[in-house]
Amino acid sequence: MSRRRLRLLLFVPVAAVLAGVLMWGLVGLPSFGSPPHAYAAYLLKHEVGQRHVTNIPSAIVFDYRGWDTLGEELILFTSVMGTALLLRRGREDTGERPRDKAASAAVRHAGAFLVPVVLLLGIWTVSYGYLTPGGGFQGGLICSGAALFLWIAGSYRLHRGLTPTPLVDAAEGSGAAAYIATGLAALAAGQAFLAGFLPSGTVGSLLSGGTIALLNWATGLEVAAAGVLIFHEFLEEYIQTVPNPSPRQEER
Amino acid sequence: MIDVVQIVVLTFVALLGVAVVACRDTLRQVMVNGMFGLSLVVLFTVFEAPDVAISMAVVSNVAYPMLLLATIYRTRGRGADERERE
Repeated sequence: MSRRRLRLLLFVPVAAVLAGVLMWGLVGLPSFGSPPHAYAAYLLKHEVGQRHVTNIPSAIVFDYRGWDTLGEELILFTSVMGTALLLRRGREDTGERPRDKAASAAVRHAGAFLVPVVLLLGIWTVSYGYLTPGGGFQGGLICSGAALFLWIAGSYRLHRGLTPTPLVDAAEGSGAAAYIATGLAALAAGQAFLAGFLPSGTVGSLLSGGTIALLNWATGLEVAAAGVLIFHEFLEEYIQTVPNPSPRQEER
Repeated sequence: MIDVVQIVVLTFVALLGVAVVACRDTLRQVMVNGMFGLSLVVLFTVFEAPDVAISMAVVSNVAYPMLLLATIYRTRGRGADERERE
């Protein structure tokens, strides 16, 4: 009982302080629908003229704030590595993969139709990422969703067979490396790290953006591979709970 | 400055956000969380942030539920029962 009272005594003042600080912060926010901040107003006015990219968020993510995106990419890279290290370690290698298969014909057919559609949508979202809403992160994750559909509509063997781990591992590494390499190439060209050193091209064409296009594709590759690798690790954990997983049980 | 569509969307987000917390069954919670994610997709679209809307759609309705379901089955599903029996 006294422990509960102690907890309450600690909780109430801390919660009151937190609520106070939150309210203080909320009161100081700009009012709803107020005109954009000076930085945003500047970008809205000058971005297309400077970078020749029609999707302003992509220009911010891959150019003005390219350094932040490098950090985000490395966070994703590190978390995938951590997941793989943690989960692969505690797992005994069974060798044989379970022969699970989607039971419902509707799921099989709709899924088989959706795999190429989702993959195409992902590649489209990456390639037009700097022209229309989208970009490497969104498109990359959509592509990894297509790999997930392979498992939902087909089987776990099909999913792992069509996304071989050595290939996906290599793709993830090259995506992250390509981002850093683009930054270093800018240094070699005599400019700041990650500065846009390539010609910006015509506004509104797929060849516009220079380094923005390169960094966009590098991010797309990295995120797609990272998504597939995380799905691999989590599905491998899940698949061990499937009722009839091993061929030994099938023989009975 | 705020119009009717924005009020409707904000209400949906608030209701579904509470619904996610109020849901006690983890499997159902994953579904409700997906609906909450979809309401956020509509919110970001209405507030003219389509890039964030696409991110939200993929993360909240493809990647996140997948990870949650695998984790739930691994920790509470058949795997856990079998380990208890052993």
